Order: sequence, then C-alpha cells, then structure tokens
Amino acid sequence: MIRLEKRTAPSRFWTYAAPLLAVVLTMVCGALVFAALGNDPFVTIRTIFWDPLFSEFSWYYRPQLLIKAAPLVLIAIGLSFGFRAGVWNIGAEGQYILGAICGAAVGLAFYPTESPFIFPLMVMAGALGGWAWAMIPGVLRVRFGTNEILVSLMLVYVAQNLLASMALGALRNPDASGFPGSRNLARYPSATSWINEGAGLHWGVVFALIAVIFAYITLSRHIFGFHVRLSGQSPRAARFAGVNPGLLVLICMGISGTLAGLAGLFEVAGPSGLISIDFNAGYGFTAIIVAFLGRLHPVGILLAAGLMALTYIGGEIAQSNLRLPAAAIQVLQGMLLFFLLAVDVLTHYRIRLTARGVA
Amino acid sequence: MKFKKLLAGTGIALALATGAFAQDKTTVGFVYVGPVGDGGWTYEHDKGRQAVEAHFGDAVETVFVESVPEGPDAERVITQMVLQGADLIFTTSFGYMDATINVAERFPDVKFEHATGYKTADNVAIYNARFYEGRAIQGHIAGQMTESNIVGYIGSYPIPEVIQGINSAFIHAREVNPDVEFRVVWAYTWFDPAKEAEAATVLIEQGADVILQHTDSTAPQAAAQAAGNVVTFGQASDMSEFAPFPRVSSIIDDWAPYYIARTQAVIDGTWESTDTWDGIPEGMVSIGEITEAVPAEVKASAEAMIAAIRAGEYHPFTGPLTRQDGSVWLADGEVASDGDLLGMNFYVEGLTGDIPQ
Repeated sequence: MIRLEKRTAPSRFWTYAAPLLAVVLTMVCGALVFAALGNDPFVTIRTIFWDPLFSEFSWYYRPQLLIKAAPLVLIAIGLSFGFRAGVWNIGAEGQYILGAICGAAVGLAFYPTESPFIFPLMVMAGALGGWAWAMIPGVLRVRFGTNEILVSLMLVYVAQNLLASMALGALRNPDASGFPGSRNLARYPSATSWINEGAGLHWGVVFALIAVIFAYITLSRHIFGFHVRLSGQSPRAARFAGVNPGLLVLICMGISGTLAGLAGLFEVAGPSGLISIDFNAGYGFTAIIVAFLGRLHPVGILLAAGLMALTYIGGEIAQSNLRLPAAAIQVLQGMLLFFLLAVDVLTHYRIRLTARGVA
Repeated sequence: MKFKKLLAGTGIALALATGAFAQDKTTVGFVYVGPVGDGGWTYEHDKGRQAVEAHFGDAVETVFVESVPEGPDAERVITQMVLQGADLIFTTSFGYMDATINVAERFPDVKFEHATGYKTADNVAIYNARFYEGRAIQGHIAGQMTESNIVGYIGSYPIPEVIQGINSAFIHAREVNPDVEFRVVWAYTWFDPAKEAEAATVLIEQGADVILQHTDSTAPQAAAQAAGNVVTFGQASDMSEFAPFPRVSSIIDDWAPYYIARTQAVIDGTWESTDTWDGIPEGMVSIGEITEAVPAEVKASAEAMIAAIRAGEYHPFTGPLTRQDGSVWLADGEVASDGDLLGMNFYVEGLTGDIPQ
C-alpha cells in the first residue's frame, strides 16, 4: 500500500524538482491528448515548445515571447509578496485594467501635444490606478475583516464594466464615428511604451526585469522580506517579531496592485494600443499560475512566465499549422497547474510503501 | 523604426522564399473570434472556408485559427499566418480591425479582408452583410408572435451594426403591433454561451416571450427551449436543430460566394481593395425556413417582405422615422443612406433605455 507521510520540513530537492516534473508530466499527458486528437504528438510538442524559439521564424516569435511574458512577470512578482505573506489578491486582473484606464486617460488628455513628460506621467497614473484599486480590498480587510479573496475577485467584474463604459464613453475615439475604443496610443509618439517594436522591447519588459531584481533583493536581503516570509509561515511569530499585520496587508496589496497597474499601462500604450471593451486578456489570472509555478521566487517567476508565454505562442502556431483546436491548448495550460499542485504533494509528504492489511 | 523596417523586410523575404516552394498553391487564412463549432457566426465563416477548399481543390490551401481574442493577440496570429505563407487573410470580427491594419502595413504583398470594420488600405478590403434586412423580417414576425408584448434582445456590443439590427427589428415589430416593447441586454461578448444563456433567462424572467440575439452561440435557443413558450430566431446560422420551435426562422450569413470570388481574384491577380456590403438581394443574407409554428398569414406577409427586399422595392429604413429624442431622422418616403447606417448610434422613437455610452 502507498501511504503519505508528512515531512517535518518541506523537501529542498522537491521544491525545485516539482515544477520541472510538472512540466514533464504536462508534456507527456499533453502528447497523449494530441495523439488522441489525431495529431503527431512529437511534432505537436515540438511546435509548441521548440518552434517559437528555434524555428525559421523565431526572429519574429522571440520578441513576441517578451511581449507576452512581460505583463505576466510584473503581475506575478507583485502577487508573490502577498502570497508569501498569506494575503490573497486574486483580483490582479482588475488592477491591471484600472492601471490601463488611468494611464491611458492621462495620455489621451494630452493628445496631440508632444512632450517627454507625458509618458512618465502616464506611468505614474497607471501605478496609482492599480494601487488604488488594490487598496479597496486591502483597507476593507484591515478595517472590517472582510475576505480579500472575494472582494478583490468581485472588483474584477466592476473593473470590466468600467472598462466597457470607458471604451464606449469618456475615452472613446471621437474620430471613430460611433465605434467603441479609444485612440491608438501606440501611434502617439509621446505616449507609447514601445522602445523598439520589432525587437519586442517596451518599457514593460524593462520594468519587469527591474521588478525581478528588486523583489529578489527585498525578499532575500531586506527585513521587509523577512517579515513577509515570517507572516506567511507563522503569523503569531511575526507579531512577536514586531510585524504590524494590518500594515503588512496594505503593503502587500499595494505592491501587487501597483505592479499590475503598471503592467496594464505598458500594455495599453504598446502591444494593445487602445482601450477597448476586450482589452484585458486574462493576464491577471494567468499570473497566479505563473507565481505558483515559479515557486513565488523572483527568478522562478521569470522562468515560469517564459514557459507560459511559450505555450501561448507555440499554441497559436500549433493551431494554424497543425489545426489543433484552441481548447487543446487551454487543456495543456490547465494541466500545468494541475500537475504542479499534484506534484507538490511530494514537497510536503513522503511516499511510503507499507505492507498490506495492517490495520 | 529602422530596425523594425529591417525586420519586416527580412520577414517578407523569408515569406517569399518559403512561398516559392508552393508557387502554384494559394494559401488563404481565416481568423475566427469563436470556435468553429459555435453553431453561429464562426460556424458560417468556416463553412465559407470549406466551400473555398471544395471549389478550388488542390489549387488552394486554407488555414484557420479559432477563438482568437480581439486584443493584442490578434496581431500575432495574423502575422503568424503571413509567415506561414498566406496570400489572402480574412479576419472575421470587428475587433480585429487595428490588428489587421497594422499587419497589412508590414506586409504590403499580402491581401487582407476585414469583416464588419471601417478601416481600409491598399491591401485591406472590408466586407459586411446587411443583417438589418433580416432583422426587419424577424421584427415583423416577432411583433405578431408575442403575447406579452415584450420582446427580449441580446445585444453583443453597442456598435452601429448591432444598433441597426435593434432599430430595424423594432420598427417592423411596432408596424404590426403598436403595443410591443423591446428590452435590450448588453452581453459585451460575441461568444460566451454562459453569459448568453444568462441574458436570455433574465429577459424571459422579465416577461419576454420572444428572444432575438446578436451573439454567436445557440445558448439562448436552449434557454428558450427550457422555458417552453418562448420564440427565438437563429442568428448568423440556421440553428435548425431548434426548429420548428422555439426557433421559428433565422438569419443565415452566406459567405461562401464572396470568399470564393475573392480567392479567385487573388489567383488571377485582379484583387483590389473594395468595400462590400451585401444583403438579401445579393444572397449574402438569407432567411431560414419559417416554421409551422408561425401562423400562415404572418408567414405569407413575411415572405412578401423578403421578396420586396430582394427585388430592391423595399428598404427597411424608409421614412417617416423619428429618433428616440423626438427629432426627425427620415422624412416621409426618404431612405436611409449607407453613411447614416454605418455610423448609427441612436435608437428610433419608441425604444426605451439608452445605448451605453
């Protein structure tokens, strides 16, 4: 019989091996699914995981990986602070939307003036928008003890409706004869976040890398990082260590909201270009998978975001080259989280084989 | 910018290099907003794609990507099709407009066709169907089928194309039933069976016994079927699996002839950027079978209206028509211009509620 035995301390080996094993298991099971759909499993796996990086058109796909991964990294880094401390901000998608709306609104207000100050102002507005939206669940939790999971998630739907009303009303392009959507910020030189479009480089990519370094130093070298980790592991011990739990909640919510807001701003001023009803593409939710897949570690998150981006880009290639249904790609991405959670058992439990029938 | 041009240049060179292998084969790409099995909008576009394959046989290869979000991802999907060697690409939803224009700018040798939008370029044509002609028939039938005098309408996005449909259906429902009222729910999606079903249920709970939809799935049909005594119309596709009741008729989009003609033009080298807006007379819009659930005299008058539209004798937007705010839109006998229709952002008199702004 197989028995699970709780480890006294999480296994160091499996902490790092579990995500890798999860990726391998996902590839194997994904290959089985693709084979069942009538596709060659090896070709499909190669198309998804290899072609974007090394095929003949990789000069186009590599920059696209940066574009796709940057918002995931930014948001996931922010979330990792809270997740480590036991603060569950599930509403990054909403904060992402608010960041985009506030940042774009500032940019559009200056249209068509050109000035080097416009983009920095937009960045500040975007960060502030995301921060403020995250403060709602944060303050409600600290003041009234509400559940931040529910409040932050519900605020995503509020944000989506706000986005729709902005695209149809206040921020609508006045030259579009009744059609929804704002002016294209990517075509407004003072407001665009592009540094080099062909190379996939925009300010979001730069900020994502800065965020990784900043988070790494804070979490491993700074007293605040220690407090965050301590609060997650043992809230009681944290209190004795002088951590103000309310303040910690607000700071964690603030960091994740700010970074999500920044991600939204960089996206709307670059790859997306405009505020439209469907502007948000689920980065805020995917980032939750990325954060856990990356073990809440900044470098891990960087790698995990790269992997997620790969499945998106490779998935699209597989769709049009191999006629793989879109749902099969979503199954693959879902499997990744599923296997990670399943394999995680190994981190915390030891598998023991015992004799049968012993009661 | 220079680097970008350089990259695009290499892109074209590569695309041409790979295209040279399959010189005799024309590749046609399709970008879909929903899954090909949605039973509505995307399903009909995919039927058009299959018709292209059947018509040209080995001379043409088609590729498609389904469920492409109408955001930044669309641009990559379209570019990816170009890299694969597509010569002609149909982007089949309004939200792909800017993405299509952006990609077209980078690949001037590839032809693009964007459905339901308004931006064109030397290598970007636009095409759309006059769905409002079909809506007139639906309104005509709906106004006479409703007993509660409440017609529910599931709107997708408040864009001119959808508002045309609401106005057209309402005008023709009022014409036959002065007491009829419309309740409009905005779903903010083209395809989301859960949201669409929810919208239908809300409308039915508000007393609607006829549901019109401008979304792509069959979920509202199923919701109406579950409710029992609610009438529906197939949208974009026949949706005949719900006939004879609740689905009593339908608007069918037939893209096949257009897709075949445009592919032929690319093969012949005669392709030009055009603006196509066809309806019932040209066959791009047709009306699905009106079932026996509709009284014979209603069916007869509906068919007379179809015939009049097909013959060009009747335009669904013929004055006198007044806007919701009471101002005059069309004088007696005046017919709406295409420009007016393409930018339509107001309700006609009698409709309640506001268009979300």
